[in-house]
Amino acid sequence: MTVAANPLRDPRDRRLPRIAGPCSLVMFGVTGDLAKKKLIPAVYDLANRGLLPPGFALVGFARQDFGTESFAKLIKQAAKDGARTPWSETVWKQLAAGIRFVPGEFDDDDAWERLADTMAELDEQQGTGGNHAFYLSIPPGLFPVVVSQIKKHGLAESAQGWRRVVIEKPFGHDLASAEELNRIVGDVFTSESVFRIDHYLGKETVQNILAFRFANGMFEPIWNNHYVDHVQITMAEDIGIGSRAGYYDGIGAARDVIQNHLLQLMALIAMEEPVSFNASSLRLEKQKILANARPAARMDLHTAQAQYLAGWAGGEKVRGYLEEDGVPDGSRAETYAAIRVDVSTRRWAGVPFYLRTGKRLGRRVTEVAVIFKRAPHQPFSKNDIEELGQNALVMRIQPDEGVTLRFGAKVPGTTMEIRDVNMDFAYGGAFVESSPEAYERLILDVLLGDPPLFPQHEEVELAWKILDPVIQHWRRDKTIDTYPSGTWGPASADKMMARDGRTWRRP
Amino acid sequence: MEIALEKTNSSQIARALVKARSAAGSPAMDMVLTLLVVTDDENVAEALKTATTLSREHPSRVIGVILGDGRGSAQLNAKVRVGESSSGESILLRISGELTKHAESVVLPLLLPDSPVVVWWPGKPPADPSQDAIGQLARRRLTDAEATTSPIRSLKAVATSYSPGDTDLSWTRLTPWRALLAAALDQSPGKVTGGTVTAGVANPAAALLVSWLESRLNVSISAERSETEQIASVVLNTSVGDVVIQRIDAVSCHFSVPGSSPREVPLGARTLAELLAEDLRRLDADDIYADTIRHLLARA
Repeated sequence: MTVAANPLRDPRDRRLPRIAGPCSLVMFGVTGDLAKKKLIPAVYDLANRGLLPPGFALVGFARQDFGTESFAKLIKQAAKDGARTPWSETVWKQLAAGIRFVPGEFDDDDAWERLADTMAELDEQQGTGGNHAFYLSIPPGLFPVVVSQIKKHGLAESAQGWRRVVIEKPFGHDLASAEELNRIVGDVFTSESVFRIDHYLGKETVQNILAFRFANGMFEPIWNNHYVDHVQITMAEDIGIGSRAGYYDGIGAARDVIQNHLLQLMALIAMEEPVSFNASSLRLEKQKILANARPAARMDLHTAQAQYLAGWAGGEKVRGYLEEDGVPDGSRAETYAAIRVDVSTRRWAGVPFYLRTGKRLGRRVTEVAVIFKRAPHQPFSKNDIEELGQNALVMRIQPDEGVTLRFGAKVPGTTMEIRDVNMDFAYGGAFVESSPEAYERLILDVLLGDPPLFPQHEEVELAWKILDPVIQHWRRDKTIDTYPSGTWGPASADKMMARDGRTWRRP
Repeated sequence: MEIALEKTNSSQIARALVKARSAAGSPAMDMVLTLLVVTDDENVAEALKTATTLSREHPSRVIGVILGDGRGSAQLNAKVRVGESSSGESILLRISGELTKHAESVVLPLLLPDSPVVVWWPGKPPADPSQDAIGQLARRRLTDAEATTSPIRSLKAVATSYSPGDTDLSWTRLTPWRALLAAALDQSPGKVTGGTVTAGVANPAAALLVSWLESRLNVSISAERSETEQIASVVLNTSVGDVVIQRIDAVSCHFSVPGSSPREVPLGARTLAELLAEDLRRLDADDIYADTIRHLLARA
């Protein structure tokens, strides 16, 4: 099935979309929130856009108390509620023909035999040709049992076709557990067939960053410690933890977001130009950055962690972290984390990367701000440039993805006064039918076997090596700082910046 | 904000544009292209609506050009609109009298600096799009043979005068069919020995499909007539059996390839805005289209 063998395909023909070959997606945890809100709608949208192969099958593995009937109803409802493309009964009918339900517990061998039978039946009837992707939309604690059952029942290999497995973050909760997880999964699947998904970081975003950095000539010359003063990477959420106390309390903000999302962003911003954009060269460059990045030596001075307090956020009265449902008394899980990371390479020595994330902050925003050094000499008087800040290049990731350039301009009038202004660019297409939503892109890539932008286990482990010392340092603190909901974080985070003579940008 | 100008000229229009833009609150421009829509009074409303829908994916300055009666004295009226449910800006130019022969002199000063220019004729295209006075301003020229009174003749006309950057929307309409056929041959790699396309008589997309298949596969494809105007079915005879794609209704088709059981797959018609969005995604010449129309002309 190589592309070259098909006379209808031509690399110059860029209108033709790539449609995955016949295959099935086997979902574990199909009744969970993520599956209902994101995965199933994404599958429907892909089908509606004609990007799923003819004969695509979806297999749900879930607990006994679901009947096939109510399962089909649940899937349909989820697809209807979450789909962003118009609802079409015809598309649904075609998709529904390939939907199967396997009831059972994860430790029930009979259920796994039924799953194996179902997959064989699909190969026979739907023509899936032995191509199956397993999507583990389940808590990480269940990975070992599911993966070992997949192995035990011989589902991980087949005489024909491919087998792939998709796992979601968190990829472990520290280096040791990540290694353990990699060992379990790696025991059953080869590393090329493991797809780690970070749903915060869509492929479109990564490609936008790569295009911005490497397709242009004017940014690269200043992309180094001669011109860059420091970099701020922020992921802020305005919501609290909601009903996720069970998961969140054991994890905290740093492990939830910094380990995977912010460190991946940092690697993309800091890496050298890959020799090509294939999977391995891209990973290689990211790994070099992650391997050379360390948290600042004085963790007491250059990290901050805090919990949100009750307060008013965006016009609503909200509870503090300790008052949220399911949070144990005296919990010291952080809902805000900020760290300084130093990258020891020739390009970045002396340029700190400040990473911060938190819940219940001012607004929902993810961005990377590259802050430049001031001009070495100012021909203007001190009064003229009082309001002039540092030039900044901001890559806005969400919402409204785009680029902002911040620079000084003269205020109209007879006096010479210079003030900061913004120049904005927005990536269009956020709402059109053809702009792929992150999950659709991810699922399609899995089905096509297109892994370049998924991190592999080396990257995951390197990221833990950066974060683990910080977490260990924080463990020693008996108390934790706090910040009122709806603000931009604790005073300790501001002090951490002030020590370096810098301030956080208000995103 | 909308500003209407009567008996005006390009520089007044440009000033109105800046005024409307600052009134909308954002004097910065992040538009990626200029889209010229050359049409008539009857179709202008629909065409401009389509073009502004597009601006969500391709933020653009849309310039609608209505060439009115060529008799009488030269007159230019314009309407400028910024904001209001679209991310670009639009200008509607009504040109009449002697000026109709020099419409490009109005348009030229209004093009976005440096950015690509695309021209779209929603109805009857000029005899030679790339030599047309307005067509010459553009890098991409989109015609729509299906919207004319004699589609096949129009298609052959634009094919004859082809120059890189031209495409016809009937080619864009064909993409889902081509995608399915390519997917079919991905799954069933048998050698193709022949085939049949069944469609209405005056269907330019079908003519392009036959021509595309022939030029890619080096076999002869026969064209059969069907009752309906749309493409009704495509059959490819391969060494391991027939690939059959047969339309069921407006939104789906039967799909069968040797070696796996037949099934239904979605195959819906797309809106004009979706077609244009696909075309605007690529602003370079479409080589495969060029090969296809070359074959189309050679065949006739």
